[in-house]
Amino acid sequence: MTTFIQGFKEAILLIWSLDPTLLEIINHTLQVTLWALLFASVLGVPLGAMLGLTSFRGKGFVTTIIHTAMGLPPVFVGLVVYLLLSNRGVLGDLDWLFTRQGIVVAQTIIGFPIVMGLTMSSIQQVNHQYKTELLALGVNPFQLVLTMIQEAQKGIFVAIASGFGRIIAEVGAVMLVGGNIEGKTRVLTTAIVLETRQGRFDLALALGIILLGIAFCLHLVISGIQGRVATTLQ
Amino acid sequence: MSELYQLHDVTHRYGERTILTLPSLTIQQGETFALIGASGAGKSTLLRLLAMLETPSQGTVKIHLERAWYDGHQLPLAQRRKIGMVFQTPIMLTRSVLENLAFGLQIRGEKIVKARLMAMLEQLQLAHVATAPAYTLSGGEQKRLALGRVMILETEVILLDEPTANLDPTNIALIEGMLQKQQRTIIIITHNFFQARRLADRVGFLHNGELLEVGQAVPFFNQPQHPVTRSFLSGEMLF
Repeated sequence: MTTFIQGFKEAILLIWSLDPTLLEIINHTLQVTLWALLFASVLGVPLGAMLGLTSFRGKGFVTTIIHTAMGLPPVFVGLVVYLLLSNRGVLGDLDWLFTRQGIVVAQTIIGFPIVMGLTMSSIQQVNHQYKTELLALGVNPFQLVLTMIQEAQKGIFVAIASGFGRIIAEVGAVMLVGGNIEGKTRVLTTAIVLETRQGRFDLALALGIILLGIAFCLHLVISGIQGRVATTLQ
Repeated sequence: MSELYQLHDVTHRYGERTILTLPSLTIQQGETFALIGASGAGKSTLLRLLAMLETPSQGTVKIHLERAWYDGHQLPLAQRRKIGMVFQTPIMLTRSVLENLAFGLQIRGEKIVKARLMAMLEQLQLAHVATAPAYTLSGGEQKRLALGRVMILETEVILLDEPTANLDPTNIALIEGMLQKQQRTIIIITHNFFQARRLADRVGFLHNGELLEVGQAVPFFNQPQHPVTRSFLSGEMLF
């Protein structure tokens, strides 16, 4: 219990002192998380919506693959991205190994199936009659997808929030691809692992509390955006 | 009057079940055609085929638009938009009443003139709820809005699936009044014989997926030819 109290005090002190190292770690955490979330959403929402709206042979199999990908082991993703970005990998020329761009790639791969799978499910949950009625009103395929996304927006915001939760909490892939280099690729999760390994539990806890605080604030922002979109649509 | 729809040797199945068998049917431009029949007779299926939302398992459903005949496989979007349909249980978009009304115009890229929308809402007696979310409307109000959403569009035909089912006489009178003012082709499914008599030029009776009788409204109701039609119109239970 003492460790927890100490950790909480440490967290307040760290934030209060505006420690430059901490601010840099927070900055890097936000950068990689938000970029990865943006890519995962830009790819995942339209693709999930299209999959939710279409029927084709083998859709059940594709859905099973997506559901499997929603639970992709991060360390495995990290390993694959590491191999792709390493000097001998097909993307080696990018020189993104041990960079924040590399972390964004790994986190996008982890977050994208979650956003896509949950978007697909949200669209499928919208009454089937919606699609028929929209087609009868004369929508083109693009307008159909866009309108269905608007109609399923509550579920889609949950999809984005879930993707965000998975991305910001990610450590295994980030460690492998980013390397936890101070001032370059260290983010809150990898910093927590480092401090724990070094036995500085109170500092690790403090970083964890800050991570939770950031996640809470960003979820508030997502909820706020959702509320505003909902009001606009009504 | 020229022909708007031509149906030839139409059979429609869902899986193994044959829903509709229709050797031939034509619908004229500008007429009001009522479809009557018991539940499960295939009326809504026929309406979906006419709306080109489905293509028949066999045979052809063709529509004549802008000097050309089209079937469901080759109907371009621009011509598709000439067909309007009002569903039995209409879906309201998560938007205001006004935005629901404007939706069809908006997707067609047409200029949204608020005065025109408000005039339509006045006709529908919905002007007082223009800015309310559409899902807060009552069942009758939603049906009126769904009708207005299609009527405001420049469609050649309006297909209506029981537009007045479960509505009170005031709502029924309002909707019928609006339909009677229309110059375009109207195809309406109704369980209400009196309504079919009031609105339709011609009536078709569907029974177990077969169109047993088609005729001008007055002789159809006064002297039905087919024995099953006679039984149905006299209120006998048909199985």
